Amino acid sequence: MTHAVEIRDLHKSFGALSVLRGIDFTVDPGQVVCVIGPSGSGKSTLLRCVNMLETPTSGKVVVNGAELTDPDCDIDACRRTVGMVFQQFNLFPHMTALQNVMIAQLRVLKRGKADAERIARENLEKVGVGDKADAYPAQLSGGQQQRVAIARALAMDPSLMLFDEPTSALDPELVGDVLAVMRKLAQDGMTMLVVTHEMAFARDVADHVVFMDGGVIVEEGPPDRVIGDPQHPRTRTFLKRVLDPTHAEVGGAPDVDAIHAGKDAPEPGRAAPSGFEHGA
Amino acid sequence: MSTTTVEPSGPAGTPPERTGLSPRKRRRISLGIQYAIGLVVLVALVIVIDWGQVGEHFFDPDEIVKLFPNIFLIAMKNTVIYTVSAYVVGFALGLVVALMRLSSVKIYRWIALVYVEIFRGLPALLVLMIIGFGLPMALGVQMPFDIYGKVAIGLGLAASAYMAETFRAGIEAVPKGQVEAARSLGMSQSRAMVTIVVPQALRIVIPPLTNELVLLFKDSSLVSALGITAATVELTKFGSDMGITAGDTTPMIVAGMSYLVITVPLGIAVRKLEARQRKGR
Ligand SMILES: Nc1ncnc2c1ncn2[C@@H]1O[C@H](COP(=O)(O)OP(=O)(O)OP(=O)(O)O)[C@@H](O)[C@H]1O
Ligand SMILES: [Mg+2]
Repeated sequence: MTHAVEIRDLHKSFGALSVLRGIDFTVDPGQVVCVIGPSGSGKSTLLRCVNMLETPTSGKVVVNGAELTDPDCDIDACRRTVGMVFQQFNLFPHMTALQNVMIAQLRVLKRGKADAERIARENLEKVGVGDKADAYPAQLSGGQQQRVAIARALAMDPSLMLFDEPTSALDPELVGDVLAVMRKLAQDGMTMLVVTHEMAFARDVADHVVFMDGGVIVEEGPPDRVIGDPQHPRTRTFLKRVLDPTHAEVGGAPDVDAIHAGKDAPEPGRAAPSGFEHGA
Repeated sequence: MSTTTVEPSGPAGTPPERTGLSPRKRRRISLGIQYAIGLVVLVALVIVIDWGQVGEHFFDPDEIVKLFPNIFLIAMKNTVIYTVSAYVVGFALGLVVALMRLSSVKIYRWIALVYVEIFRGLPALLVLMIIGFGLPMALGVQMPFDIYGKVAIGLGLAASAYMAETFRAGIEAVPKGQVEAARSLGMSQSRAMVTIVVPQALRIVIPPLTNELVLLFKDSSLVSALGITAATVELTKFGSDMGITAGDTTPMIVAGMSYLVITVPLGIAVRKLEARQRKGR
């Protein structure tokens, strides 16, 4: 069986900064894989290597049987089968929602106008923003924009969807709409690779969870194990900080364990009076 | 930081010491002085200037009548033709040079850079003279459409360097995520440029490019240096020739106002556009 995504010994550096340091993993068709990990651990870079928005320094990336790291690979053709959803939505601001979803169908897939419009409307409907077809991105809420962005990717009939923290830029009350769309996609059998900080989503929806730190995969497995019963101390520290942020230790290094607890917590106390001052 | 160090006299802060006048009184006095100066200057002007002279030489109705209809049918028309044709040439060249400047081919970047440095550094008049006289003399090259061709290319070249830099800034102002989104949908680099980046960049550069149109409008007066006929005359030459012949300033004033009739609305449009863009962000 060919994997939907196969990554072998992937390295990526920006100049002297080594961001990915030997990543191996696979995603099978229909699987939902969530990538979690602290900020700066290289999650976005990994995802961007999967569709070659970043060129890996070394290693192999194979998507649907095509090796993207082969210099002779037609990247543009391969990208058509891989949808990507960004943290900042990246909708085209000079086009309406409908045009956003149509443009690549017209220019890349060379679909006819009527077909493209029908498919665009279907997908906008599917993500729950069918009534916003004629709105420009600036007229939409973040949650609506992100759903249009998902529709835009889906209209290309991708066999794999990449999500890079799709809800991180959203107001909390808008997160649910986007997650619901993603959950539905997963149920319909879409192969998904999702970078996220939404642990509840990862736990519910993912078939497989990858924990990254410092450019390597520290731990991976089914969500019940990686999130529910992490084995590695770095995973545990990370999850503790994410799941219970109010109890995170100040400047907590991964292996610090409750050293600074208790009396030594001046920051919140000191912030209070200055907040008063502004309020007065 | 404690509340007592806060400058303005808040409820808890100590009030600032009163040294003579309060800030409000000081501001009022300062305003009063400014109005007084303005008034004095105005009165002086009214007394000193011989208004009869002014009316006769600046707004002489007889002279105004003589200007029509040629000032519109010939001079204004030619000024507009020179300006618009040079603008079109400058726009097209500028866009091409800007894209070359951002090309991944090093030699293109180099050519574009040298081009911009040359035409930004040379006076427009000199470029116009080289195209109008220099090239025909040296190489026997003749521009199409006679003087209109010379002006379109000469002034267009001079304007294109500025426009190229403006386009480049506009293209670079389009967020990188836009290209990434386009590429992730399978668009090639050039397709993404044409469909996604350039349309957004054009919106960004509309105000500065409209300013460039105003500048070109004024620069079209340089055309008179090429030696023009009664049929190809533009506003400045028309107004000044008529004025000198009649020994009166009125034609020049009217020519000047003819420029303003176009440049002032353009300036207002630019400011409106800029305000709207600021709001849009
Ligand atoms: N284009 C780039 N040039 C230089 N350094 C980069 C570039 N992109 C990312 N980096 C660096 O690579 C490291 C990993 O970045 P990456 O965006 O992959 O992290 P991340 O895990 O996605 O973090 P976050 O959760 O904050 O999004 C960071 O230190 C970042 O500064
Ligand atoms: Mg990231």
